[in-house]
Amino acid sequence: MAQMTMIQAITDAMRVELKNDPNVLVFGEDVGVNGGVFRATEGLQNEFGEDRVFDTPLAESGIGGLAVGLSLQGFRPVPEIQFFGFVYEVMDSISGQAARLRYRTGGKFNAPITFRSPFGGGVHTPDMHADSLEGLMAQQPGLKVVIPSTPYDAKGLLISSIRDNDPVIFLEHMKLYRSFRQEVPEGDYTIPLGKADVKREGTDISIITYGAMVHESLKAAEELEKEGFSAEVIDLRTVSPIDIETIIASVEKTGRAIVVQEAQKQAGVGANVVAEISDRAILSLEAPVLRVAAPDTIYPFPQAEAAWLPNYKDVIETAKKVLTF
Amino acid sequence: MASKTQNAQVDAKKVLEVVEDQFTTLQILNEEGEVVNEAAMPNLSDEQLQELMRRMVYTRILDQRSISLNRQGRLGFYAPTAGQEASQLASQFALEKEDFILPGYRDVPPIVWHGLPLYQAFLWSRGHFEGGQIPDGVNIAIPQIIIGAQYVQTAGVALGFKKRGVKAVALTYTGDGGTSQGDFYEGMNFAGAYKAPAIFIAQNNRFAISTPVEKQTAAKTLAQKAVAAGIPGIQVDGMDPLAVYAAVREARERAVNGEGPTFIETLTYRYGPHTMAGDDPTRYRTAELDNEWEKKDPLVRFRKFLEKKGLWNEEKENEVIEQAKEDIKEALKKADAAPKQKVTDLISITNTDLPYNLEEQYEIYKAKESK
Repeated sequence: MAQMTMIQAITDAMRVELKNDPNVLVFGEDVGVNGGVFRATEGLQNEFGEDRVFDTPLAESGIGGLAVGLSLQGFRPVPEIQFFGFVYEVMDSISGQAARLRYRTGGKFNAPITFRSPFGGGVHTPDMHADSLEGLMAQQPGLKVVIPSTPYDAKGLLISSIRDNDPVIFLEHMKLYRSFRQEVPEGDYTIPLGKADVKREGTDISIITYGAMVHESLKAAEELEKEGFSAEVIDLRTVSPIDIETIIASVEKTGRAIVVQEAQKQAGVGANVVAEISDRAILSLEAPVLRVAAPDTIYPFPQAEAAWLPNYKDVIETAKKVLTF
Repeated sequence: MASKTQNAQVDAKKVLEVVEDQFTTLQILNEEGEVVNEAAMPNLSDEQLQELMRRMVYTRILDQRSISLNRQGRLGFYAPTAGQEASQLASQFALEKEDFILPGYRDVPPIVWHGLPLYQAFLWSRGHFEGGQIPDGVNIAIPQIIIGAQYVQTAGVALGFKKRGVKAVALTYTGDGGTSQGDFYEGMNFAGAYKAPAIFIAQNNRFAISTPVEKQTAAKTLAQKAVAAGIPGIQVDGMDPLAVYAAVREARERAVNGEGPTFIETLTYRYGPHTMAGDDPTRYRTAELDNEWEKKDPLVRFRKFLEKKGLWNEEKENEVIEQAKEDIKEALKKADAAPKQKVTDLISITNTDLPYNLEEQYEIYKAKESK
């Protein structure tokens, strides 16, 4: 075991898979000799050579096409989109191409591609760097969307994503990259995709969340505890497909729930979680399932992040509304 | 106040002329089937020349039948190919079996000649998933509907060959309109930067649906767009099978020798409408232009060329036509026999491991289908 930040755990996962499978290729803008703009691929080119870890021209659509083409040749590409706000340049390669390759060829070919990309607010990035766009991806059949919140989860989920035979969007929250360290096992381990994790057990309310909001929710749960409320915090970890069993088991136990996301209310995956709960557990609910989300504006200018991004106080406030409904 | 007149730092006219001068049209056979460029003549045996003619005649019949089958409702989406036989078939003819083709939506003939069974091409037209189940050992992608996407993917397939150390090329097609796409440029530029073994073809039939090529770009040739990627570009007479073959063969040679990609513009014409979905070329093309290009028919000039060599006659041609009609009938029969698609089939091919939502929906539709 070693103490690792999330970014180190991510690098370690790629190292494990580059070693484990000669078909794994890591590429993107500045991922080679530079080791990535966040050092996510630090040292990998040195260790595995330019043939396995390499830089690309500055063109996201080209990167996506390169990944699809390489997967047609039996490779397992792990391309990086430098910031997920740039996904608009590569929407067709992801949603129009990679996600549909298996379907279009009647199961003959598949696209075992893991698109890694950072996102997330709180670090004062310029325009189009921090936007939460997982909701766009979650609506595309054929794709899986993974968002880890801890170093341990990040490594196990990234290894699983790379091994998955279908395309995976692996989103890494920038604020979580180095904000804390955690014990991460050395070598090889996996966490199944599509499996949520109960980060804190509770009996009065289920807080269903992902990404940086997991930590805000845990902080809120501690405060709620002081006021006598026991909150269960569920980290979705995979936002498409979501882990229905874990969510419903928790809601059936607590009878109350909120969904917490950093994305705008009209975006993200919160509405889908609410709809699934209403379909499957309406008879267990003591109150409506409310959402904590950002306002429906464009992502804020850096100086407005603090006022705009949801935080633990919003979680407490919404949880109390539901608890006292 | 008028600004001070300076000596021009750029002779704009000369810059353009110097570029344009590099892109003259390669032609080997003229409209009369006469060899006008002996030096560029590709090395093809009599049998190969006959086979290429056979394929061109066959494909013209396939186009005629496909149009009428579409009108009868026996085929679905169909993009006519008549006029582009030299461009499509001589380019494929210059490839080897291990080479990989990434076609556009009009490029069904090249993938059929590369090994896709005809009945599957018909199923693809009708919209059936079995049409996309490419047989083992046939190195093709299915026709790409998103114009330009095949170009960026070609860079990836070609880089894959390079990484595997396989002496083969990835070849892709787009049209004249497609050269305006970002992916068109990115694909060629990526392949250039990686010196990947790719051949990019733009079949310039002068129209993107109703939009003439002059409205796509101010560039005098499409071939010169290769300059932006730093790769060789060549413009060929796309109605001349020997010129197309020679250009592709040479590009393939360069590619497998590790010298990188080539961009080829084929000057061609589609005699039919854009697609069978209600397009009417008389709205945007003149009869004069149609007549001018009908004289350039690749079949006519290649037939004359072969007849003069004693390699072709009416009897041979009729044999091919009968064979084509027979094959088409058989392929249709086979396509008709494909089982009707069920929602459970579509669910099964979406993901390798079904997520919970699809697992649930599979059960729901399985119950419906068993009623």
